[in-house]
Amino acid sequence: MTDMAAEPNQLAAMPADQGIHMTDKAKRRLKARYAAERRFRLIGMAAILFSLAALAVLLFTILGNGFTAFRQTHVQLEIQFEPDQIAPVGTTDTAKLMQGNYGALITKSLQQRFPEASSRSNRRALEALMSAGAEVQLARMVADDPSLLGQTRKVWLPAHSNVDVFVKGQVDTTAAEADRRIKDNQLGWINALKATGDLELRFNTRFFTGADSREPELVGVWGGVVGSFYTLLVTLAVAFPLGIMAAIYLEEFAPKNRWTEIIEVNINNLAAVPSIVYGLLGLAVFIGFFGMPRSAPFVGGLVLALMSLPVIIIAARAALRAVPPSIRQAALGLGASPLQAVLHHVLPLAMPGILTGTIIAMAHALGETAPLLMIGMVAFIVDVPATPVDAATVLPVQIFMWADSAERGFVEKTSAAIIVLLVFLLLMNLAAILLRKKFERRW
Amino acid sequence: MSTSLLFAVLLILSLGGYLLGRRRALGAAGGKITGLHSLPTFYGWYVVIWCGLPSLLLFGLWVAAEDSIVRVLVQNALPPEMLSLRADQLSLLMSNVRNVAYGLVPMDHADPQLRPIAEHYITLHQISTAALWVVALVLLIAGMLSGLRRISPEFRARNRVEQVAQWLLITASTLAVFTTIGIVLSLVFEAARFFAKINALEFLFGLTWSPQMAIRVDQVGSSGAFGAVPLFAGTLLIAAIAMIVAVPVGLMSAVYMAEYAPQNLRAWVKPALEVLAGIPTVVYGFFAALTVAPFVQQAGSALGLEVASQSALAAGLVMGIMIIPFVSSLSDDVINAVPQSLRDGSYGLGATQSETIRKVILPAALPGIAASVILAFSRALGETMIVVMAAGLAANITANPLAAVSTVTVHIAALLVGDQEFDSPKTLAAFALGLVLFIVTLALNIIALNIVKKYREQYD
Repeated sequence: MTDMAAEPNQLAAMPADQGIHMTDKAKRRLKARYAAERRFRLIGMAAILFSLAALAVLLFTILGNGFTAFRQTHVQLEIQFEPDQIAPVGTTDTAKLMQGNYGALITKSLQQRFPEASSRSNRRALEALMSAGAEVQLARMVADDPSLLGQTRKVWLPAHSNVDVFVKGQVDTTAAEADRRIKDNQLGWINALKATGDLELRFNTRFFTGADSREPELVGVWGGVVGSFYTLLVTLAVAFPLGIMAAIYLEEFAPKNRWTEIIEVNINNLAAVPSIVYGLLGLAVFIGFFGMPRSAPFVGGLVLALMSLPVIIIAARAALRAVPPSIRQAALGLGASPLQAVLHHVLPLAMPGILTGTIIAMAHALGETAPLLMIGMVAFIVDVPATPVDAATVLPVQIFMWADSAERGFVEKTSAAIIVLLVFLLLMNLAAILLRKKFERRW
Repeated sequence: MSTSLLFAVLLILSLGGYLLGRRRALGAAGGKITGLHSLPTFYGWYVVIWCGLPSLLLFGLWVAAEDSIVRVLVQNALPPEMLSLRADQLSLLMSNVRNVAYGLVPMDHADPQLRPIAEHYITLHQISTAALWVVALVLLIAGMLSGLRRISPEFRARNRVEQVAQWLLITASTLAVFTTIGIVLSLVFEAARFFAKINALEFLFGLTWSPQMAIRVDQVGSSGAFGAVPLFAGTLLIAAIAMIVAVPVGLMSAVYMAEYAPQNLRAWVKPALEVLAGIPTVVYGFFAALTVAPFVQQAGSALGLEVASQSALAAGLVMGIMIIPFVSSLSDDVINAVPQSLRDGSYGLGATQSETIRKVILPAALPGIAASVILAFSRALGETMIVVMAAGLAANITANPLAAVSTVTVHIAALLVGDQEFDSPKTLAAFALGLVLFIVTLALNIIALNIVKKYREQYD
């Protein structure tokens, strides 16, 4: 003890430049090592910042491009529902009412509003302000309520996509007239309509209720959402029970032998097969061999089920493994058969974990695009599918198709569809997290 | 419609079988459960197995096979002048017939030549459905009767039911194997048909890829060249760019998170990184095409470089971002698995934290990190949507990241999207490409899994 206590004194007595750790060289070396330490730490932080920044840029780009799509330019027009153009007053036949010349009503209303635009080219430019969907909207109105015939109403109608992107300032408004989609005369009309409050951005209901369209101002995501729903329903119906059954067998009953080892290696490898290969499988087997219809959510769901199966099996096995053996032993001790012990006691306790894994697998399947392209879900479908065997598209494929379209108006619609998709993914992941939080048990 | 009705009927009748079985067992025991070998529900399930299993199995097989059988029957009954058509014309004819028969094309609009064939098709279909109803119901009722007949108080229903349940579990677990077999068979089968038309060596080592086949014999300029080397080169180039982004960023993130980050930062950053992995690839593709590619092009032209509008760099960069979490989360796990004693030993010798990481932890974790990099690389090779949307179709052999290249997956998608015939080399080429992709990714996975396995043994 005394020796050690004496040591500091000895060190203090030594001149500062004598210890081998106190030479200038050593000090420089130490400084360099500490600098290297700081550099290393900074590089680590930079790496994380880079990833987070990439995520932020991605999300902000999508949000920034997409949020404008939730409002759409509409024009208020005073429409005279002239029976000459549609059908005689008193007609109730829907088919006949739908066939009326509604375009003429819109043209007439626009011309009354802007009497100076009487030349042929001006009239055409005037008509170009309105969407093709405006006529359909009027036709629907009359078909729903035939008493409109002969009356005059003020109606908000969708404007053409060119007008919409212009009003939203998404195109260069200072370009030379020849380079613009919106010409100077149209610009004047737009401003005049705006001044009287007859042109404004209104909530885009159509986007949430409609399906695909060639016109950016008329598209909606509902068709894709319903298609995705049916697809996931099939996926869940196939993959969830089969995944649980496979996991129960492998985890609880399987003997350790060559065959089960083959199965396990197989499952691990399947989890890493590129998704497009599953698409090839679906095309060759389900469509080529079994002759199932193309573009159907049913087939898409089967392909995604095969894809999610390994993920669900792996998650379910982990959840089953986490249930302590004492539960099984207690059940067996009370006279339950092994199957009863698993089905009545182990499986319910493992269920939250299995469900969490399944939801995450479903979220993954919801975002999957490539295999569905292979089986023909990339079709132009304007109807919302009614059953899982109708031709349909799914949300991510819809995004892919819109992203491929050339019109400027599709950019915001694509981004908005991505926002919808991300909201669904967020909800599913939140559900998984809540489930885990609520039911997580530490044994 | 009537087949789905039959399915519902079968299910309802099976439920009836369950109730009957229970009742009969209880009745046989004089209403006392103690008189039975098993719980009454097992007798119910036993009857369900007898009546539901065979009839539903038959139903499934019938529905799966019906279409192809009807098709063959119709085809054999075709008038002789149609039978002599070329194979592709015949398949076109048959799909027209099916369209009429399924009501996609109204009967009055159909080609008058096709009408009798379509009617024949419909008749066969109806006969088949009727036969299915009869056979399935007979099977179900016979099963139910024979199941009910076996019920007696001494009958060991639970053991029987559990035996069947065990078999069902085994069947479910073999599905993974069947999926693999299905993948391999479908790829190999279609690829073999492709290699029957195109030399395999030419496919693997040819330097030109232009899969346009002449539709007419006299057509000019579409000889069809199936040398896949440009696609392989493009895939490797884009995947390499992605790895150049993902490996350093992912690895350093993992190191920082495992060794430096305080607990509360870790709790936020780790999920945020996992969000990157959860974003659908189609979103990355859109981001690459809309934002990154123009940015790269502008940055390039500002530096006086010529950048293609669909450059490999843009696709690779975005793919790299997508892959960061794959590298980081797996590396994070292996770094955390390095025993604390190694760290303590290193600190005890006076090493700084970064020296410990670089000289002790990373070498110790190297096999696991290598496995995670290999897995990430295999994911990059198989990634489809980003390259479909951001890399384009130009199959060039170049090492220039600013040029446009194309990948295997892009061409699989391009060859198969839209309408195609099933036996043109153009369509089959996609399966050959898929086979190559499958083999390569599978090999990479097996290597990675083996490395992980070996490494685990080292420290456990």
